[in-house]
Amino acid sequence: MKFFYQLKLDAILLPVIALLICLGGWALIAGHGKTTVSVDDWGDKVTKTERFGLSKNLPSPAETWTASKPYIVEPFAKRGELDQGILRFAWLSLKLVAQGYAIALLLGTPIGFFLGLSKNFTRAFDPIIQILRPVSPLAWLPLGMVLFSGLKVVDSTGRTTFGTSDAAALFTIAICAMWPTVLNTAVGVRAVPQDYLNVAKVLKLSKPKTLFKILIPSALPYMFTGFRLSLGIAWLVIVAVEMLIGKPGVGGFLWQQYNANSYAHIILSILTIGFIGYILDRMMSLIEGRFRSA
Amino acid sequence: MPPILELNGASKSFGLPHERTAILTDINLTVEEGDFVSIIGYSGSGKSTLINLISGLLKPDTGTAKMDGELITGPGPERGIVFQNYSLLPWLTVTENVRLAVDQIFPAMSENERADCAAKYIDMVKLTPASGKLPRELSGGMRQRVSVARTLAANPKVLLLDEPLSALDALTRATLQDEIADIWEKNRTTVIWITNDPDEALLVADRVIPLLPGRDGATLGAEMKVSMTRPRLRSELLHTTEFKALKLQLVNTLLDAKRDSNPTITKRLSAPDILPEDLSIKRIQFGKAEPRRRSKLEREELKIEAS
Repeated sequence: MKFFYQLKLDAILLPVIALLICLGGWALIAGHGKTTVSVDDWGDKVTKTERFGLSKNLPSPAETWTASKPYIVEPFAKRGELDQGILRFAWLSLKLVAQGYAIALLLGTPIGFFLGLSKNFTRAFDPIIQILRPVSPLAWLPLGMVLFSGLKVVDSTGRTTFGTSDAAALFTIAICAMWPTVLNTAVGVRAVPQDYLNVAKVLKLSKPKTLFKILIPSALPYMFTGFRLSLGIAWLVIVAVEMLIGKPGVGGFLWQQYNANSYAHIILSILTIGFIGYILDRMMSLIEGRFRSA
Repeated sequence: MPPILELNGASKSFGLPHERTAILTDINLTVEEGDFVSIIGYSGSGKSTLINLISGLLKPDTGTAKMDGELITGPGPERGIVFQNYSLLPWLTVTENVRLAVDQIFPAMSENERADCAAKYIDMVKLTPASGKLPRELSGGMRQRVSVARTLAANPKVLLLDEPLSALDALTRATLQDEIADIWEKNRTTVIWITNDPDEALLVADRVIPLLPGRDGATLGAEMKVSMTRPRLRSELLHTTEFKALKLQLVNTLLDAKRDSNPTITKRLSAPDILPEDLSIKRIQFGKAEPRRRSKLEREELKIEAS
């Protein structure tokens, strides 16, 4: 037992055990196919697949792996608009997320600063923010479509490079992902110790200097917490948005595969979304931790 | 020539209009150039408020605060403050903290001159080896030295120290007292040093003024001149009769003021006039139920059984 702890095996072994339990549970619920080959009255071979199990259509782990293999082994292949390697899909989604997230930060940070600095601004806008904050991305998307209807950026070949649905997608991601940044920045600005502001006052630092030398560095740890939460939300929203507008990406792939009765690929998409979300969160945590210790 | 600092009938109170608490009343203080003034008072008696009035971070409700004959309208670098809790920016190194002041006050200097200037003040507080460190890597005493360096680097005409050493242990405190006194010997800027330690006040200052608590806010008491020669050696000074007499006088002034500021009210205490009752016995009573009172007993029977 002592040996077990010395090697820190528990840190590896316990998650593996948990994973096996989950896989076992999945395999238990999942259906399994049975293929029977018979010869019909015309002398032709007929193969008939029947599925059994608690949830008949849920693919088993093994079936999921077999069906997902081409997407994983060649993660960057492009066979068609909606038939691409899984990491290529993820890359498409990430690109969209990055754009929407950038807009969210560019809008959210200044709003957060205004909220943190001005009591009257807070009194005026806080009710609106509190009401808009819990609105689901699914509700924002149609509004985005209406807002940007008719928008079309066409390249030299006449192909639309940026249309209504792209604008609506960015709008939805930005407006949903903005709130944690807004609120955390506001908290961070309010939490700037009066002592630091007194130093600025005594030295007669100008407004911009106070902002860049005192307020921003002091509020940065809070701001990064907001940025991390915002990124998490942006990644949640992208899947919903892609499903609704049918854009190629992890979410779009998921919805298309559901419509194509290719259920194994749904599970592949879910796992991909989870993995990438986890990696994004870890990355932001690392950056956040660096600022927190400062 | 007007005195460098002058407070005339200044008062300050805090709180909502209908329930204001007076902190300072009728503060009159004149500080001449080159003075080393120490203001001593109890914690919570409004010492920091007083220094904020002088620095311009607060405005007096009544009366005036003037510097060089002109009204103080806001804080400025000509009145440098060393804060009690150091107020260093934690994300900047020692040098960067000092540079913040240097860059702001001497924008005309070249980059090299400013670096030299910062280095000079860091050297003055003996922190050159730690110049690249962040405040959290320093001890409390070292942090306060950085704060002193930063304030001095702004080249203030008046140096305000708001209980600069009260968060430090006694030994570090003694060292820093001597060091700041040394720096003052060399610069001879005007200093107002706020403290709650009588020894500290008498050791460092030429003029010691007690801030006395009163019922309508604190006010400044009679000034004590400390004419002991400099440099003052702590080890010798503490045993001189002059020092002892001054300390006794100072402590007594402060204690008397405290006693006067606490109003005494005599209250007559009375025990409730009520007797225990046996609830299991039903009492026959007419009218309003009242507890049994000793004062209303008509007859009391005591049965004593001798065993």
